[in-house]
Amino acid sequence: MSTTVVKTETEGKTWGGGNEPLKASYGKMMMWFFIVSDALTFSGFLAAYGFSRFKFSNSWPIADEVFTHVPFLHGQELPMIYVAFMTFILIMSSVTMVLAVDAGHHMNKAKVTIYMFLTIIGGLVFVSSQAWEWVTFIKGDYGAVGTHGGNIMQFVGPDGKRVALEDFAIADPYNVRERHESKKGLWFTSEKSLPSFTIDEVVAGFIANPDILVKTTYSDENGQKIILSRNESLTELKTKGKNVVEGANLIQNEYGSPLFGDFFFFITGFHGFHVSIGILLNIIVFFNVILGTYERRGSYEMVEKVGLYWHFVDLVWVFVFTFFYLV
Amino acid sequence: MADTHKLAIFRGLVKFKSNTQKIWGVLILLTLITAVEVVLGIFKPEMLMGQVLGMSLLNWIFILLTIAKAYYITWDFMHMRDETAAFRRMAVWTGVFLISYLLFILLQEGGYIGKVFANGFVKQDF
Repeated sequence: MSTTVVKTETEGKTWGGGNEPLKASYGKMMMWFFIVSDALTFSGFLAAYGFSRFKFSNSWPIADEVFTHVPFLHGQELPMIYVAFMTFILIMSSVTMVLAVDAGHHMNKAKVTIYMFLTIIGGLVFVSSQAWEWVTFIKGDYGAVGTHGGNIMQFVGPDGKRVALEDFAIADPYNVRERHESKKGLWFTSEKSLPSFTIDEVVAGFIANPDILVKTTYSDENGQKIILSRNESLTELKTKGKNVVEGANLIQNEYGSPLFGDFFFFITGFHGFHVSIGILLNIIVFFNVILGTYERRGSYEMVEKVGLYWHFVDLVWVFVFTFFYLV
Repeated sequence: MADTHKLAIFRGLVKFKSNTQKIWGVLILLTLITAVEVVLGIFKPEMLMGQVLGMSLLNWIFILLTIAKAYYITWDFMHMRDETAAFRRMAVWTGVFLISYLLFILLQEGGYIGKVFANGFVKQDF
């Protein structure tokens, strides 16, 4: 009915409908708004990390002493190198992604395919590196003793370098306990895996080795962990030592505050989850590119939208890198 | 869409001929910044360890370099440079405002609790 036609008098004006005032499609805008909200989630986590760090500022572990490993270079202390490599991989995969988006603007299917493939490879290398980093952190390297108050005592030689428990602890052959598992005895109880040494064996070894000193959880004014004298070390170990801690988990870690491990696992885990989802989305888009879906659609905007997400993952890593490894 | 990219960075100081060239240029910049961070992180020069506003100068440098990296990732890789001003502000200002507020509140509180632990009567070393 022609009489019911509504004229809003806004035709051709910016907000009159039918055009895009922000020059961005619906999908792209919504991807941006999702990214903003996800950025708030991540900053919530990082702010909580900062909160705990300010709260325990004099007993927080020093990242350079925690993440010192590089694959295939066993036993060398190389802080920062591996994580710098991971950062570079992720930035590189961001570059191939943005090159794929650019090739998409030129409707160049072959190039989009190659760049998407490289992006996926970069993502996979990053996630595997992260997995390796986790395994190394969980396994630990030297072992330490936990105190009743939840602090950590590490052991260092006269040169200030850490000494592994197995290098000085004296194993007691008559006091060997086997881990209880539900299949071995009472079926309704079980326990976590036992540390390689008991606290008594560590104390015995410590007394027998007069060179070894205790490195406390606390930092001095220069940010270095305080190393006690031999006498103080003995008192500290005998009065405060409670259990042997090897590696890291959610309850304790041999590098210091358990919160450090908790935040590390949670934040890098959440980031790793984002990377994994990103790889999955990239694979879906990759196959769609090969199948020619976007060629038929006449636009490679989907590559751009997934690209936004992928760059965001890179963006978050830049901050995680700074706050976990540098600051 | 094809050639609507703004190709200058550093406020027009460096101009690139094509979008692909700009991408590689930004990669070089990001790699340089990361390299500087890693070198500073390994050597921790003594002269940068002075305290400024509750943190060492080195930490402030790290944070500034990180924000610089974030800027170039957002502006050039995520094409924020090419979006309309209104759209850019919608996403960036919202985030920046809320995140700064959250950080201020939590870090302030964390520092306070840290002081209470250090000077108060809470014993946690036993």
